[in-house]
Amino acid sequence: VKYMLLIYDNAKSRETFLGEQGEDLMAEVGAIMKELTESGELVGGEALADPSNTKTIRLVDGVPAITDGPFAEAKEHLGGYLIVDCESVERAAEIALRWPNARFTPLEVRPLMDTSGAEM
Amino acid sequence: VRAGTDNVDLLRRLAPQVLGVLVRRHGQFDTCEDAVQEALLAAAVQWPREGVPDNPHAWLVTVASRRMTDQLRSDHARRRREDTAAAQVPADEAFAPAPGDAQPPDQDDTLTLLILCCHPALSPASQLALTLRAVGGLTTAQIASAFLVPEATMAQRISRAKQRIKATAIPFAMPPEPERSERLRVVLHVLYLIFNEGYIATSGPDLQRSELTREAIRLTRAVHALLPDDGEVAGLLALMLLTDARRPARTHPDGTLIALAEQDRGLWNRAYVEEGTALITDALARTPLGPYQLQAAIAAVHDEAPSAQDTDWPQILALYELLERVSDNPMVTLNHAVAVAMVEGPRAGLQLLTTLETDDRVAAHHRLDAVRAHLLEMAGDHAAARAGYRSAARRTTSLPEQRYLEARAARLTG
Repeated sequence: VKYMLLIYDNAKSRETFLGEQGEDLMAEVGAIMKELTESGELVGGEALADPSNTKTIRLVDGVPAITDGPFAEAKEHLGGYLIVDCESVERAAEIALRWPNARFTPLEVRPLMDTSGAEM
Repeated sequence: VRAGTDNVDLLRRLAPQVLGVLVRRHGQFDTCEDAVQEALLAAAVQWPREGVPDNPHAWLVTVASRRMTDQLRSDHARRRREDTAAAQVPADEAFAPAPGDAQPPDQDDTLTLLILCCHPALSPASQLALTLRAVGGLTTAQIASAFLVPEATMAQRISRAKQRIKATAIPFAMPPEPERSERLRVVLHVLYLIFNEGYIATSGPDLQRSELTREAIRLTRAVHALLPDDGEVAGLLALMLLTDARRPARTHPDGTLIALAEQDRGLWNRAYVEEGTALITDALARTPLGPYQLQAAIAAVHDEAPSAQDTDWPQILALYELLERVSDNPMVTLNHAVAVAMVEGPRAGLQLLTTLETDDRVAAHHRLDAVRAHLLEMAGDHAAARAGYRSAARRTTSLPEQRYLEARAARLTG
């Protein structure tokens, strides 16, 4: 089953990742990525740029409106994701717990929808 | 370049035999397996252009052996560069087939290979992938696309499985009893998983996944031919045929699921129904009973009914009672409850379901909600049924199941 791990950032995690301990944290990330690649569980994943680079699009009465931002500091925001194909949700949760961001913000582990299905 | 279907079938049939010859000769399962894949690829390119050789088996063994020799020589050269000690380069492999290559070997190595690929030291995902590549002759790209993962991910699963076989020195040999029987059960389970992975595919980008169903049936047929007196092998083959027979009727062209009771039985594959029914009838008559045989027998009772109304539910109920005795699986209890409801009424079925509410394996599973909703609908409690279908729709991770369950809920509105 494929799971997406939603990885969040907050002020503290960003500060730590960009500070002195950042290299150690990135080495931990590298080690987990290597393990997931070698085990054949890694499907994909990316880090997201800072939320200030976001464009927000909305339809206002059917008319598209595109704005820069959000610039308002949210307490936490999506910082990246990982997609893994694991034997169990327990295994996906174990990966999430080891991800360094778990020390700063909760991660979410969500199954992906599948286009297969069994008749009932 | 595309090989014709005949070539593909021939290559896949020969793949395990060629691999068996190489592993017997050289050991080194991992290197041999790569060499056979390269030979299969070379054949897929050359045969459609230049014609199938007179002795395709010998051709593949010769080409794979040459790759193997090249590989060994380059490993050897590397080692020699690293270590200045003089060493002898292995003699060049003769271009002509070596004695014994001209004919397929007396023994068929398919079963030994399956048992190796399904070794319990490998993860289930690796067992499936390696079986399809080493025994099925599928390419890594084909397996990756069937399982909807990137090719690099699948390549890694296969290479890890091969490393593990090498590191743990798993022998290429048929284990003695009773281990042999236990290992065969794992092989059958892997074949069942491959089948199911293909069967549940619906439409669109998943279409190539139905390849897995065909491949699982083909490999199970091969095992049945080697072990005709094993009732569970026959049972599994029958179960696959009797299930796959319904595939043309199980979805609308857009991929929407159709419940068994509402399927157009005219679309069922009669040849598969007949073959599966004959297999299971024979197995039940002369081999000890097992779970695959019981599941096949249940499928046969469904498939033989001219209409859903004519289904022999008392017989299905009796078979589920037997199946529950030999397998501790909450999914069996779920289906058992449906059979109870059909024979004794929905309240009796709902009563049986309550035993699952404290079973962690299934208590939060969408299928428990879905079956409960179905039985509540039968009992005329439409409000509770609707809530159950909605709850199941939220819990499933399958888009077609979600659509089906929402439609069932909507049908009860108003």
